[in-house]
Amino acid sequence: MHDANTKNGLFTPGNIITGIILAVGAVITFIRFTQGIGAVSNLSDNNPWGIWIGFDLLCGVALAAGGYVTSASCYLFGMKRYHSAVRPAITTAFLGYFFVVVALHYDLGHPLRLPYPLVLSQGTTSLLFEVGLCVATYLTVLFVEWSPAALEWLGLRKIRNVVVKLTIMLTIFGVVLSTLHQSSLGALFLIAPGKLHPLWYSSFLPVFFFVSSMVAGLSMVIFEGTLAHAGLHHKMDETHLKEAEGVIFGFGKAASFVLAGYFFIKTMDIAMDNDWAYLGTGFGAWFLVEMFGFVALPSFLYALGVREKNVTLVRIASINAVLGIVMNRFNVSLVAFNWNLPAADRYFPHWMEIGVSVFIVTLIITVYRFIATRMPVLYEHPDYKDAH
Amino acid sequence: MEIHTLHEFMLHTKNITYLLMGATLVGFVCYWLFLTGRDKKIRKY
Repeated sequence: MHDANTKNGLFTPGNIITGIILAVGAVITFIRFTQGIGAVSNLSDNNPWGIWIGFDLLCGVALAAGGYVTSASCYLFGMKRYHSAVRPAITTAFLGYFFVVVALHYDLGHPLRLPYPLVLSQGTTSLLFEVGLCVATYLTVLFVEWSPAALEWLGLRKIRNVVVKLTIMLTIFGVVLSTLHQSSLGALFLIAPGKLHPLWYSSFLPVFFFVSSMVAGLSMVIFEGTLAHAGLHHKMDETHLKEAEGVIFGFGKAASFVLAGYFFIKTMDIAMDNDWAYLGTGFGAWFLVEMFGFVALPSFLYALGVREKNVTLVRIASINAVLGIVMNRFNVSLVAFNWNLPAADRYFPHWMEIGVSVFIVTLIITVYRFIATRMPVLYEHPDYKDAH
Repeated sequence: MEIHTLHEFMLHTKNITYLLMGATLVGFVCYWLFLTGRDKKIRKY
């Protein structure tokens, strides 16, 4: 009987699909690191950055912003009513950043040379150096911020108590480092004014990336909360369930206002650069879809959901906003990049590039499930009740 | 409008931007009132 249950538990449709994706991903990884980047990608001199940068890195970092947004609102702004959202957000952020670094290896191809920019050859005038330094430091900060969950699970009370005392300092570090590298990811594209379409190119790209990262963080906390409620409801304690609605409406309200601000600064940018004429072109139509369908619409849906106290509407708005962030990063790094090249020279990802991205996302979900089902992430450990 | 000099360009773009800014400032107040219109009033007196 026990064996039969175990078999049923292991060979569920979800686990089988996960297993297949992980197996295919392992094969592609082997090909990438034995036969080179050309064997698995359509990258070229014209398009050296594909979806591994556009999706895994740019979207990964933006969508992991929930960590700094939630911990700052709880510990720096004193909004303790969001406390139950901090651990899930920090866990997602930590995993997000960790797998951003893992995904970066597929592009770089020399895992052992990853520390080179830090210890051997510092390019102090390069934005990439700043991004690398920030991501390395912030990943360390996130690991320490997340570690109390693991330490409570392992029963290492003394170390856990020391780490918890560092919370405020780590939160400040997190906000400072995120401000730096979220904006620098946008600043990377400042070097290519001739390659990026004028509707997306702006000297304010760093500001756009930073402001939209706040929206991404707020929306991801709501979105992942929705997923967690669907799949891991039984792991949530009473406090978590009680505070969930407050988190949804509070973060929804903030996301609505920040999205409105983002819409207006983007409009100002069009006016400042006198790009109105481009709105009448094909790229202009696509830009308007992004601005109205994935910035203005989620902002309005959030506002309506918060006003009407409609949880479902806020959740729909969060999905809309997350898709908007992904769309924006894709537009900047892929769709509007090299827009003036002939169609034959434009980039379209190889199926194995998409396979690697799916592999990375599946790994994040698998590890998150492992952590959330074992460690006190969605509930408070009984030995540490009110010990935060 | 034909633009020949940087001065004309700046004049044209700044004119539009300043008008948009004015509209945005009013728009933001209205949006905030819409967003928080049904919140419970917290009396501090």
